[in-house]
Amino acid sequence: MAYDKFTLLTSTAVPLPIENVDTDQIIPARFLKATERKGFGDNLFRDWRYNNDDTPKKDFVLNNPIYSGKILVGGKNFGSGSSREHAAWAIYDYGFRCVVSSFFADIFKGNAINIGILPVQVSEAFLDQIFKAIEVDPATSITIDLNAQTIKLEATGATESFAINGYKKHNLINGFDDIDYLQAMKSDIKAFASLHSI
Amino acid sequence: MSNKPSTLFDKVWDAHVVRKIEDGPDVFFIDRHFIHEVTSPVAFLGLESRGIDVMFPECTFATADHNTPTINQHLPVADPLSANQLQALERNSAKYGISHWGLGDPKNGIVHVVGPENGITLPGMTIVCGDSHTSTHGAFGAIAFGIGTSEVEMVLSSQCIMQPKPKKMRINVNGNLGKAVTPKDVTLYIISQLTTAGATGYFVEYAGDVFENMSMEGRMTVCNMSIEMGARGGMIAPDETTFNYINGREKAPKGEAWDKALAYWKTLKTDAGADFDKEYHFDAADIEPMITYGTNPGMGMGISKHIPKATDLEGGVATYAKSLKYMGFEEDQLMIGKKVDYVFIGSCTNGRIEDFRAFASIVKGRKKADHITAWIVPGSHIVEAQIKEEGILDILTEAGFQLRQPGCSACLAMNDDKIPAGKYAVSTSNRNFEGRQGPGSRTLLASPYVAAAAAVTGMVTDPRELL
Repeated sequence: MAYDKFTLLTSTAVPLPIENVDTDQIIPARFLKATERKGFGDNLFRDWRYNNDDTPKKDFVLNNPIYSGKILVGGKNFGSGSSREHAAWAIYDYGFRCVVSSFFADIFKGNAINIGILPVQVSEAFLDQIFKAIEVDPATSITIDLNAQTIKLEATGATESFAINGYKKHNLINGFDDIDYLQAMKSDIKAFASLHSI
Repeated sequence: MSNKPSTLFDKVWDAHVVRKIEDGPDVFFIDRHFIHEVTSPVAFLGLESRGIDVMFPECTFATADHNTPTINQHLPVADPLSANQLQALERNSAKYGISHWGLGDPKNGIVHVVGPENGITLPGMTIVCGDSHTSTHGAFGAIAFGIGTSEVEMVLSSQCIMQPKPKKMRINVNGNLGKAVTPKDVTLYIISQLTTAGATGYFVEYAGDVFENMSMEGRMTVCNMSIEMGARGGMIAPDETTFNYINGREKAPKGEAWDKALAYWKTLKTDAGADFDKEYHFDAADIEPMITYGTNPGMGMGISKHIPKATDLEGGVATYAKSLKYMGFEEDQLMIGKKVDYVFIGSCTNGRIEDFRAFASIVKGRKKADHITAWIVPGSHIVEAQIKEEGILDILTEAGFQLRQPGCSACLAMNDDKIPAGKYAVSTSNRNFEGRQGPGSRTLLASPYVAAAAAVTGMVTDPRELL
């Protein structure tokens, strides 16, 4: 599926300073019953966000109007658990384009990039600086420059660089996806398959 | 070809690289692709919107499991959304010529149970599915891991995914396992030592005599849980136990093809002196029957122990406190004697025949505790038939238990099998995340023995006292 190109993003951020945020929290299994990729944002963090009677839980960050933006900042080991791409879809559909954490679970990280969300892995110390800056001023901005591979806290000017492989970076900047790439090399794949015996 | 010692993982991985992209992933060829109703529909929509076909439909196998009822499977599925997903799987499979074991089919069951039991899963293969517990198939010496729906679409359309090669980890467990210590306890112990993210970025090989002496069912339980310490997958070198399990299964090679395959499979082991990026050694004697007390699978301990204090652990104190609060537990609390409300035995982790044999061995001659609701869910119709043939059903019935029909059931609670808010469930499944088994549910992960001990006593009980 095509997604918006990602180059430069300056935005306020939503803080979620919890470790091991698993994909069952991001989107519980009972909301995986759709056969189309629509409306998953409504159920993002469903059980942290809403009471059993569907009223919003006032103390959850997504229900606090002082926090908003296209960047979600999570604690260490973000996205552990299931391979459900629905977790990344829910984050994208809600309006986030970037998730920042000091550590990501593998499958979530791959799923996010595949649908056009940039996962930015920073040091523990930098993550703490981000949480503190948002705590001091929820309207503070963060700038993520994919070309330069840097993340900058506008409040303090603190900057850190992040890693991403060149292939995926190129894809995100241009809005390309892996299926385009694989379709273009189908004859090579056929040749490989004909020699590959299993 | 170099003569450098190579790992099992390298041998299988390198045989499947179609192209290496500089500063990028490998284009990685997939031998077997399993699909189910939840993570495949959007991939098929993607094919349609791009106007592309399935490249090798004979390499993809569909089964319905995540969203299926575990009673009255002969009736129409009541939930319209679930029914819609099941119909989409059937329709998409038919349209593209993919084998489909839908609800009611005698081969139907949990994807990671039916693949191996029908001889689809073989050593040396690359196997993927839109489900993180695809790591199960690594028990056969295959590279098997979970993928997202975008990747499901890649495999359908090109039989490849784009995958950076993970680092390599070897986990050795040697020695003799104690009484009532099962493969589930071995894996929960390893995860408790490494933590829930301790193997992220790695692919694991399990080695040592504990795994060599394990049945295929046990090896599948161990490899299944690899993802719970963050590893993409885990694998065990194939041996006579593996070959004996596969031989004669429906889709396994036969005759000359068997001989040829066997000769290849026997080369699939790590050479002496091969390098790993990380290696751990554990002593089997240190492992006792395990139980989890928190909200990730790394929060496990020996059943006789006290819940750890936050100060004794790595990681955030606030996150730990949040987890214990959700569970209704306190630091330093003893788990033994804790009242339990529900017991679930089943799932791709512990839904195979050996698991039900273990459960029955404790239940035999005892009665279900009155206040316990027990869901006993075989992993497949083939397992269900074995339960009946071996007389296990009679033991269960005599003790006051009922057998349900196959599916993922309360492991992820997508169907009606949901643990109510605030209730405690001893579960043989794989995840104890908040709300995993139903909103507000509290999960204690454990082995079939511990589940059986809870089912007959109504509380957390050391199974060694009942065996």
